[in-house]
Amino acid sequence: MSFKPITQITSKTLVLPASNIDTDQIMPARFLTMTTKTGLGKHLFHDWRYNDDGTETDHELNSLAAKDCQILIGGHNFGCGSSREHAPWALTDYGFRVVMSSEIADIFRGNSLKNGLLPIVIDKAAHQWLLDHPSEEVTVDLESCEVRLPKNGGTYKFEIDAFSRHCLMQGIDEMGYLQGQSDALDTFEARYERN
Amino acid sequence: MAKTLFDKVWDRHVVIPETPEHPATLYIGLHLIHEVTSPQAFSVLKERGLSVRRPDRTLATIDHSTPTLISPDGSRPYVTPQAERQVETLLTNAKTHGIETHGWDSPHRGIVHVMSPELGATQPGMTIVCGDSHTSTHGAFGAIAFGIGTTQVGHVLANQSILMRKPKTMAIEINGTLGHGVTPKDIILAIIAKIGIGGGTGYALEYRGNVFEDMSMDGRMTVCNMSIEAGARCGMIAPDQTTFDYLKGRKYTPKDFNAACKDWLSLQTDKGAKFDKTVIMAAEDIRPMVTYGTHPGMAIAIDSLIPPADTAADKSALDYMQVTSGTAMSGTKINRVFIGSCTNSRMEDLRAAANILRGQSIAQSVTAIVVAGSETIKAEAEAEGLHEVFLKAGAQWREPGCSMCLGMNGDIGAPGELIISTSNRNFAGRQGPGVRTVLASPETAAASAITGIITDPRSVMAPPIPCKPNLGSPA
Repeated sequence: MSFKPITQITSKTLVLPASNIDTDQIMPARFLTMTTKTGLGKHLFHDWRYNDDGTETDHELNSLAAKDCQILIGGHNFGCGSSREHAPWALTDYGFRVVMSSEIADIFRGNSLKNGLLPIVIDKAAHQWLLDHPSEEVTVDLESCEVRLPKNGGTYKFEIDAFSRHCLMQGIDEMGYLQGQSDALDTFEARYERN
Repeated sequence: MAKTLFDKVWDRHVVIPETPEHPATLYIGLHLIHEVTSPQAFSVLKERGLSVRRPDRTLATIDHSTPTLISPDGSRPYVTPQAERQVETLLTNAKTHGIETHGWDSPHRGIVHVMSPELGATQPGMTIVCGDSHTSTHGAFGAIAFGIGTTQVGHVLANQSILMRKPKTMAIEINGTLGHGVTPKDIILAIIAKIGIGGGTGYALEYRGNVFEDMSMDGRMTVCNMSIEAGARCGMIAPDQTTFDYLKGRKYTPKDFNAACKDWLSLQTDKGAKFDKTVIMAAEDIRPMVTYGTHPGMAIAIDSLIPPADTAADKSALDYMQVTSGTAMSGTKINRVFIGSCTNSRMEDLRAAANILRGQSIAQSVTAIVVAGSETIKAEAEAEGLHEVFLKAGAQWREPGCSMCLGMNGDIGAPGELIISTSNRNFAGRQGPGVRTVLASPETAAASAITGIITDPRSVMAPPIPCKPNLGSPA
């Protein structure tokens, strides 16, 4: 087991409304020289959170309230750009367990699923509600694939690949699953090498 | 049933087909690794006592964190001790696991997406992955090639396969005659501007039409390289004689080359094959392009005006770039020029830049660096005397690597500076905190280096040779 399983999360949201937030913003390249996964949270959105002299800006991510938010609401097309897995590592190290947007870039979405960070592509109306209502307590239920909004915001279904859902709910990673396919792989490989 | 190029290559690599319950297990023909996205994957192998399943299908190099300067004493000035440790970690891991590595002592070392094609390791019909989103570059050969995260790097090291659902397919068709000064970089920027930075999300692209058929391999690599900037993990071009001519005689190409070519030719999309989506553009409509905002989709023809900012994100992008709607990018003062990156650091790119800089001097206010994509290209360019053209013009000629594309190695600009760059991303801060990036072709970057302002390359290029009308009958 490599991460904490997710079934249901109820938390206040933190909203970063800009569209096309790229992984260079989430984790600037100059912090990619590390050879471990831990402790990246302090560099999350570094150039938004710190001044040139290293002091903290007044960005919301530096507030005490933000530390309790497990659900991040991003603008459209969140996580585009570089494939760096340092982005979800930093987000989970900071404390996020869910990221929601009206669109999430492919590689970032895949990387998130593998690190116990649930990426949810949500209906446009729900996304707009979330953008308009920061810091509300929202419930994400992976069992029923529902996002429940407070204050009559409604309940919205979301789609997630059955396999990814299973892995997130059980807290299992894919390495073991692939290792279990070694016979099929041997057979395939023998044929592949002949051709 | 008629199949697309993507379908054919995909089908050849399915170990276990996908079902509603689980994704497909896809076999990986070639795994490229570098220092930035592999150390944590090797750590996972070590923790679990796993070995590398196919070191012979894995190729390693160092490119991202590597210095592009050499100190007078011959040492390499790493930006931080941590960067040096990262490079050393890659070299140690690769050696431990018996992976062929092109480190400092290799004449082939280079940006991973430049080096692998040069070695002939990249081949049509393959599946290729790397912990780097610009792996899409290799699609230029008719391979399914895409970037993966570090967890999947671990999966491929241990199992030579990944779990993945099949993406949808999108055809990008461009036919017609390209205008003077229009390069592959301009074409891909025009495509991204049209379909949008997220327009390709969930799709595998196939670039089709005579514009791509007539394009060199260097140009095709530039186009496929930036597929990810439209959100598409991979972009492909069907293998043809141009592909085969490029590959012939390279180190890793198959022994029975003719038989391989025959097979590769059969990968072309069948007549009548259906794509999930088709986008059609006309070659005549494409002009030299520059970006004006903070993502590659914010691109315009160099002789047009910055469009209105409709959203808060657009407004903040224009603020960051210090540009105004309704004005032109051409004429904007630049501070630096970067010619390099996995997008535009190949021979064709360097020749194009040199042709413009030959006999010229770059503006006094401008710092220009030229960084070949690999040791192979550096040597070839030097044999042609291109480095002398750059040096005489006042540019720096650096050691190969990713360099200022993402500035991991310390090659960055100062806050507020504007860099015209042949790289692939103009995200805020990508080339250093507060740095403003304008993406363009090598021709546009070189022309701008001379004037010190963003300059339409057509104003300094030799006019096109007019086609001679066929008058009268042949003698």
